[in-house]
Amino acid sequence: MLEGLLIGLQTALSVQNLLMVIGGCLIGTFIGMLPGLGPMSIIAIMIPVAISMGDPSAALILLAGVYYGAIFGGSTSSILLNAPGVAGTVASSFDGYPMAKSGKAGKALTIAAIASFAGGSVGALLLMIFAPALSSVALLFHSAEYFALMVVGLSAIAAFAGTGQVAKALMMTVLGLIMATVGEGALFNMPRFTMGIMDLQSGFGFITLAMAMFALPEALFLVLKPKEMGGGNDGEIKDLRISRSEARAIAPVIGRQSLQGFFIGVLPGAGATIASFLGYAVERNIAPKAEQEEFGKGSIKGLAAPETANNAACTGSFVPLLTLGIPGSGTTAILLGALIALNVTPGPRLMIDEPQIFWAVIMSMFIGNLVLLILNLPLIPYIAKVLSVPRNYLIPFILFFTLMGAYIGQNNATELLLLVGFGVCATALRFADYPLAPLLIGFILGGMLEDNFSRSMQLYDGVAFIWERPMTLGLLAIALLLVVLPSYRARRARARAEGVADGD
Amino acid sequence: MTTFKLGRRALMATAVAAMAFGGSAMADGHKVADSIHFLIPGGAGGGWDGTARGTGEALTKAGIVGNASYENMSGGGGGKAIGFLIENAESNHGTLMVNSTPIVIRSLTGVFPHNFRDLTLVAGTIGDYAAMVVGKDSPINSMEDLMAAYDADPSKTAIGGGSVPGGMDHLVAAMVMEAAGKDALGVKYIPYDAGGKAMAALLSGEIAALSTGFSEAVDLANAGEVKIIGVTADERVSAAPDAMTMKEQGIDTSFVNWRGFFAAPGLPDDKLAMYQKALGEMYETDEWEEVRARNGWVNIHNSGDDFQSFLEDQEKVIGDLMKKLGFL
Repeated sequence: MLEGLLIGLQTALSVQNLLMVIGGCLIGTFIGMLPGLGPMSIIAIMIPVAISMGDPSAALILLAGVYYGAIFGGSTSSILLNAPGVAGTVASSFDGYPMAKSGKAGKALTIAAIASFAGGSVGALLLMIFAPALSSVALLFHSAEYFALMVVGLSAIAAFAGTGQVAKALMMTVLGLIMATVGEGALFNMPRFTMGIMDLQSGFGFITLAMAMFALPEALFLVLKPKEMGGGNDGEIKDLRISRSEARAIAPVIGRQSLQGFFIGVLPGAGATIASFLGYAVERNIAPKAEQEEFGKGSIKGLAAPETANNAACTGSFVPLLTLGIPGSGTTAILLGALIALNVTPGPRLMIDEPQIFWAVIMSMFIGNLVLLILNLPLIPYIAKVLSVPRNYLIPFILFFTLMGAYIGQNNATELLLLVGFGVCATALRFADYPLAPLLIGFILGGMLEDNFSRSMQLYDGVAFIWERPMTLGLLAIALLLVVLPSYRARRARARAEGVADGD
Repeated sequence: MTTFKLGRRALMATAVAAMAFGGSAMADGHKVADSIHFLIPGGAGGGWDGTARGTGEALTKAGIVGNASYENMSGGGGGKAIGFLIENAESNHGTLMVNSTPIVIRSLTGVFPHNFRDLTLVAGTIGDYAAMVVGKDSPINSMEDLMAAYDADPSKTAIGGGSVPGGMDHLVAAMVMEAAGKDALGVKYIPYDAGGKAMAALLSGEIAALSTGFSEAVDLANAGEVKIIGVTADERVSAAPDAMTMKEQGIDTSFVNWRGFFAAPGLPDDKLAMYQKALGEMYETDEWEEVRARNGWVNIHNSGDDFQSFLEDQEKVIGDLMKKLGFL
């Protein structure tokens, strides 16, 4: 392995490949910032460039740089505009945007950068040490386990119990689950609930929905309730630095989520989006009561968790790609296509036949993460200034990027109608104080929940998989624990409070 | 400040786009068409996308076509693009839409309101055989073993695929079972939403066998990760000479998933002839050979009337099969 490391380092540190890392990261970050343009479309655009270079290591290093650069950059628009650029950074806006709104945009971006850096680096380290062994982990999960994993994700909703909005949160989750059933599922030959509208046959787009739930209501709120939104946007970037106590608070979160995110990324059926939601859910549910209240209102933990997890998961998704030749996500599927175009066959033979490619990619991940950190930290004060733009300029700016983002991913004008329609509904729901995040969580998990559940039902001729597969049972137990724990804590706290009152 | 940053970002995006799409201007020589606009009914990275972009790359690099542009129009599993091409036929004489076997299957099931007769048929260009695949550690080594396993315990011998029930992968699996004398509908078909996920399920042991495209399985088979136990070609395919055909194993069936190009209805004859000439000349070029080889495609060229009779034959065969299997 040491030999491989040296070869990799040597390859990755060549001038050409260093330029590739830096170029890839730059392109990825800047395009990733634009809402709607995810890593998948950026990589698809970059493929002709990469292939024409002819050198597989350089091409893969470039594309990998674009990939994690895009995830890195995607958080910027989530945090500043509440307009997630990439599905994987939707969860980052839950707490990132409230932070930015209260004048802590700089700090939020700094936390996002550091969390991403840590997640990516730890991921690369795990990839380096365990990649061959991890190929079996990638195959550990059957449909039954994926189903249980989605249930764990849904348990995030329970965390809203603390805010006294249980019923509302549950309603929104169910709404999200219902919306996920629209379109042609993987399991049915016929479209469902499309009302004969062809544009609905592939279901609602996640990015469109995320924009409609977050970015559009935000812009409408700026118009409708200007006073409420006034605070904090004075252009001062307060608190760029993270205090020591804050660092201490997010360090364990970053540690846990680097590992959790990476392992979820390794699973071919999950990916960065699921990893970020699960990361958010788990951190929220295990946080102490007082901090739990903070989640959704600008908790630094709530931002650090998904930011770490999505970057770690991106790195993790290279495990099935490089060691098995199986793409776990759309993005890695495109990468696989590019590799094959360059006459490189990813799979178990890659490490043996062409170790320089394998190791160079891993080494370039370390370099890329470092580049991204160095690139982003000094730019943060300038990027954060977006928020100091006067409202009459900012609103059209948000509207433009929201509409463009929804259109550009699908090239489909119907997305715009859906976006505006849902955006208006979402604004009404926000006025009624319904939380919108549970809807998105329900939506993103719903499809996979259903697919994996019915696959398992089919495979086991019933629900026998729940007790026949110990890992499924274990994950379901964890989900139950995550649901029960916060309400148990809440009850205990209430009991204690009552006890004190009695004492008086 | 912000407007400046915005400008720079937009500029970068444009520069990237220009880099990606502008690299084809140096073509000259025996040019047949100035430009072709490829309409791709699915998102970036899928099979249709790869076919259109690969074809465009070969055509422009070989100098047969001056410029190629691409448009992804997903929606309705491809139905939206078909509808678009029909509704906007007049303004789309420069457009070629890529499509494949599902246009036949989905028209039959009624998911698409249109069928191939509503379009101008340009040419079928490539094809991919289907394959039955098992994991490397599986005790199953041939179709005979698979049938034996199925007879012993049908409910534990699930066959997976990357399409919906009633879709192509299921159809192939059912077709093979039928030809082998089994109850085609008795086979437990487990659908996955992408070929990659179905492959992962096979390797994890969740399903006993996988019905998939030959080109999707051939690299993993050569790497020793999976075993191809049957190919739906008439003769063995050179990319995997060890993989036996279905016919060799006494299962009299063959299937090819073709891909080809369609144009708007009412396309003028001279334009149609031009596109057919361009695609026909493409096969002779090294540039095409390079694209074809790296994607593992098989040249199956059906132009004009041949394409029409090919599609009609497909529609009949697949339609009969689907009726027999109870899919219709």
